Amino acid sequence: MIERRPWLDLLAHLILLIGLIIVAFPLYIAFVASTQTAREVTSAPISLLPGTHFLENYAQVLFTGSSVQTTPVGNMLWVSFVIAMIISIGKISISMLSAFAVVYFRFPFRMLCFWMIFITLMLPVEVRISPTFEVVAGLGLTNSYAGLTLPLIASATATFLFRQFFLTIPDELVEAARIDGAGPIRFFKDILFPLSKTSIAALFVIQFTYGWNQYLWPLVMKTSEDMTPIVVGIKTMIGGGDSVTEWNLVMATALLAMIPPGLVVVLMQKWFVKGLVDSEK
Amino acid sequence: MATLSFKNVKKTYPGNVAVIHGISIDIKDGEFIVIVGPSGCGKSTLMRMVAGLETVTEGDIQIDANSIKQLEPAQRDIAMVFQNYALYPHMSVFDNMAYGLKIRKMSKEQIRERVQQTAEILELDHLLDRRPKQLSGGQRQRVAMGRAIVREPKVFLFDEPLSNLDAKLRVQMRLEIQKLHHRLNTTSLYVTHDQVEAMTLAQRMIVMNKGIAEQIGTPMEVFERPASTFVASFIGSPPMNLLNVNINNEGEITTVDGTDLPANSIQIPASVKGKSRAIMGFRPEHCLLHETGIPVKIEMVEILGSEQLIHGLIDQTNIIIRQNVHAHIPTQAPLKPGNIIYIRPDGNHALHWFDPETTHRLN
Repeated sequence: MIERRPWLDLLAHLILLIGLIIVAFPLYIAFVASTQTAREVTSAPISLLPGTHFLENYAQVLFTGSSVQTTPVGNMLWVSFVIAMIISIGKISISMLSAFAVVYFRFPFRMLCFWMIFITLMLPVEVRISPTFEVVAGLGLTNSYAGLTLPLIASATATFLFRQFFLTIPDELVEAARIDGAGPIRFFKDILFPLSKTSIAALFVIQFTYGWNQYLWPLVMKTSEDMTPIVVGIKTMIGGGDSVTEWNLVMATALLAMIPPGLVVVLMQKWFVKGLVDSEK
Repeated sequence: MATLSFKNVKKTYPGNVAVIHGISIDIKDGEFIVIVGPSGCGKSTLMRMVAGLETVTEGDIQIDANSIKQLEPAQRDIAMVFQNYALYPHMSVFDNMAYGLKIRKMSKEQIRERVQQTAEILELDHLLDRRPKQLSGGQRQRVAMGRAIVREPKVFLFDEPLSNLDAKLRVQMRLEIQKLHHRLNTTSLYVTHDQVEAMTLAQRMIVMNKGIAEQIGTPMEVFERPASTFVASFIGSPPMNLLNVNINNEGEITTVDGTDLPANSIQIPASVKGKSRAIMGFRPEHCLLHETGIPVKIEMVEILGSEQLIHGLIDQTNIIIRQNVHAHIPTQAPLKPGNIIYIRPDGNHALHWFDPETTHRLN
């Protein structure tokens, strides 16, 4: 803001407040619902004050699950966490290495390789879901972490991001390292990796959320209940047909599902912004 | 301590782009050699070939009479100072200097000792914990040199190390490099496009143009007896005046446009006598204003304080005359644009003669 006028400040704050309310109100309602009994939730109008069943509801979903979905949410959280971690770490390591190869090594069909990776951007999981399922099922990987994560790990976006970052690193730095006697592995470990830290952090935040929010692929892949990630779990808690949906428990689960990615974003925010804004040179 | 030799070194890039056309020189142990030339003359390429960052297309480069052509940069026992310093931004000054030693698996004690020693030489010992980002340009430059010095290499390579510094710092660092060389006495190769750096630092210099070594010699040799018109106009500021002249059988000389030059003030050396055409060169500070002589039409006068530069025309050729501001001006006409003055070579300095076809020196 260049202008300093009180009423402009006021207006700005007002708009921000309205935005905040729009975003936060549903969350608040979810929280309120999660502290009431199933009956209280369904009664209209909804109460805007939290109920008294906070501990009870959360303990129930965490350790025993709802009446429709008998897997404890604690288990689902763990599955989701493992999946998100494997996906984000796997994506980062693989794309960093491939970007390293594409930028720093001169091998035959280098650009072809790069474009092949790039073209996979056009083929997200949703598009290639049936052939991928065939392959994964054929390998006997259904119902395993490998099956849940491997098909999601290859990432053109991250490779491209790292490639662009590596290209901004001055050639002289590579040459200085060569004169100092650093081979490719040492160069990667001692120079490229530390310099990429902020980009890695930014990517980690994005990829963790991406992995956490996977819905379609786990839905197709998992057949046993104990391999249910939480995002899929929420849906299964909403009973169809005649069964009763315990909305208070669904809301509690939804809020629990939001905590880990929220934590990752909050804790890594500083690095995340740094990684997106400046490349430390 | 090492000798460095270039044996007819050539470099051709893919697509048959030849950038270095065969350079040979033997550099003595402890010698400080400056490679100077305009941008794009191949001077950096030549240095990068020594460093092992470019391949040698033809010929050979030897350190201590052993070919280094096939060796990796790290095995050549050289150290290089880059133009933009190329410090590792995430490492402290200490780590920057120690990195090469660490890779060579030197013991921690030894590394600490060496880095400390070097840091003291360069007055960096209080900055060892800083990151490059927290240093000024001059300090970064010093760290870059420190990184080269700690390795105690056989040959130092400097790739335009001062061109990112401001003018004052450049002069200061130039002196420091000189002092450092006196102290360490390591064979050094220094690339620059700045002729002042070349003149002041070099024990011998290589003047390069378009991939050819135009002249190799001490700064004074290069200044006093430039081997070609290129060297004559590249070294010295302002550059040497070069005049195309015709010489007839009687030894009378005229400019190509027909203006007579007074024969009594111009000595034609024996090696030029038979020629009908030549290029005559004289430095701006080596001529005098006179009542008669070569007529110069003044275009502009620049006063630099103690001296003044008179820019003028002899027929169509631009020339520059450097005069003490208080020098006696023997003409009635004041030094104003449009006026004609007369000049003569001052007689204490021999004129330079070049062949107009080959541009090589004749006398």
